[in-house]
Amino acid sequence: MAKRIEVSDLDIFYGNFKAVEGVNVSIEPRSVTALIGPSGCGKSTFLRSLNRMHEVIPGARVEGKVVMDGQNLYDPDTDPVAVRRQIGMVFQRPNPFPTMSIYDNVVAGVRLNGGRMKKSDTDAIVERSLQSANLWNEVKDRLDRPGAGLSGGQQQRLCIARAIAVEPQVLLMDEPCSALDPISTLAIEDLMTELKDRFTIVIVTHNLQQAARVSEQTGFFNLNGVGQPGRLIEFNPTEKIFSNPDVKATEDYISGRFG
Amino acid sequence: MSTPTPTAPSRPEAAPEFDLAAESGNRLPRFAGWGLFVLGALLAAAPTALLGWSTGLFVVLAIVVGTVVTWGVSRAVEGRRKSTDRLVTCLVSSAFAIAMVPLFSLVYTVVSNGVGRLDAEFFTSSMVGVIGEGGGAYHAIMGTLIVTALATLISVPIGVLTAIYLVEYGNRGRLSKWITFLVDVMTGIPSIVAGLFAYALFALLFGPGVRLGVAGAVALSVLMIPVVVRSVEEVLKLVPNELREAAYALGVPKWRTIIKVVLPTAAAGLGTGITLSIARVVGETAPLLITVGITTALNVNPFDGRMATLPVYAFYQLTQPGVPPEFGINRAWTAALLLIILVMALNLIARLISRVFAPKTNR
Repeated sequence: MAKRIEVSDLDIFYGNFKAVEGVNVSIEPRSVTALIGPSGCGKSTFLRSLNRMHEVIPGARVEGKVVMDGQNLYDPDTDPVAVRRQIGMVFQRPNPFPTMSIYDNVVAGVRLNGGRMKKSDTDAIVERSLQSANLWNEVKDRLDRPGAGLSGGQQQRLCIARAIAVEPQVLLMDEPCSALDPISTLAIEDLMTELKDRFTIVIVTHNLQQAARVSEQTGFFNLNGVGQPGRLIEFNPTEKIFSNPDVKATEDYISGRFG
Repeated sequence: MSTPTPTAPSRPEAAPEFDLAAESGNRLPRFAGWGLFVLGALLAAAPTALLGWSTGLFVVLAIVVGTVVTWGVSRAVEGRRKSTDRLVTCLVSSAFAIAMVPLFSLVYTVVSNGVGRLDAEFFTSSMVGVIGEGGGAYHAIMGTLIVTALATLISVPIGVLTAIYLVEYGNRGRLSKWITFLVDVMTGIPSIVAGLFAYALFALLFGPGVRLGVAGAVALSVLMIPVVVRSVEEVLKLVPNELREAAYALGVPKWRTIIKVVLPTAAAGLGTGITLSIARVVGETAPLLITVGITTALNVNPFDGRMATLPVYAFYQLTQPGVPPEFGINRAWTAALLLIILVMALNLIARLISRVFAPKTNR
């Protein structure tokens, strides 16, 4: 269910602007990898390049290799749609489909991928996914109600349920808690801890405590100045990053003495 | 506002205390706004009578004098800011009232002239063998419905697909810029030109002098397509990008994302835009006059010969009313009334669509 991602010499561009430069990293399966760093340093851009969501933006492109399971995701023969079926994503702002009910939202990925399924099968998927996302007990009596009617934290968990319903290998999370209150944040952090047994999770966060709480590995991104590309400064086990980082800049950022 | 209490920290002398009561000042009673305006309007009656009475002159003078009186009194009593507010309120309300005058006048004239013949016969009989009294517009109503439906059938797929290309695939490239430009040009095409274009096209195919319902539908499509493209484009742009990304991230191909996520999310706007574009062309006269012509009998086959349509019917009933003329002219009014009702109904349907299909967020 979970796979390793090897990134080598990855450069990411928006048109002619180089946003991220020279990333080399290996993301471990069945673990949580956190990406931290100041705003605009390319964390989210890097995350989006892992499942080829980056190229959805006009003019955006990538150079380098991202290898999962022996296959280069950026090989000309690789279908980006197939990549995204393997590598799911949860976004910063909850984005359930407003025309669909809670039930339909969860099975959206399965149904929209063209699968004709029996009702009993989809029922099972919905229950399993919502239970994995810790949302089942709250919504099991109103699965036919619009997904957009849930609270922000519930919507985000609905989006997580939707992402894991298609059984991806990897789950990318782009600041999934930044729009949520502390209680919903805690619920989602607990969820990550449970999910990492089954998925490889990569999370971008601005919340350093969150990175320290949930992740095994942490990567620190930084950029030298405005208009310069962002770089992966340090990638180490989370404990080491937060106690005894190799690089001075990491220590400055974590201790709040940045700049 | 009051002397500082001993517990409150004393402020430096320089800071002037804000006095809410003084700032608020005197207020005119609530009815004063309208009262003063009406008073001023009545004052305007005297000079109008002196100059020789005319309603138009009275209305203009009433607005001017009413506004001046309201502003003057408010200025004297309430001060500058409130009086400016009242002045602008008077101007805006007057502008609105003036804008409403032609609408009400038009609706009143058409209803009062047209309601007389709005009877069962008008909806059930055609003009076969009718010279004077009686007769109806059954054939014209059917013709309008058929030609408009055909025009919708042509325009909606072309228009919606064009809009989808512009929003989803164009990426603001050179081609999409050209399409946008050409659509803008098409929006400005005079309807008679659209009619001549369709006539010329069908004359090339079927020989000169050809009159076909489908030619009218093509002419109307030329007018309708740009309206559909514009409205659908705006609606599709309103669909949040996050929803497209959410679908992509689930491994949904782009075309399926558009069909299953983007279009349903925009369904309310699509329905409204398309209905309003139908309302835009349903009353077109000039292109149908050239391409479809007129008949006295019912013809429901748009691929075979002339058809009657409501606008052209109204035009011919007015210009060739027969003997004696008043019956034909009355039929023209009723046809005009029917067109207004049709357009109004389409607008109501559009509102209904936008309400029914709007994404629901109730908990």
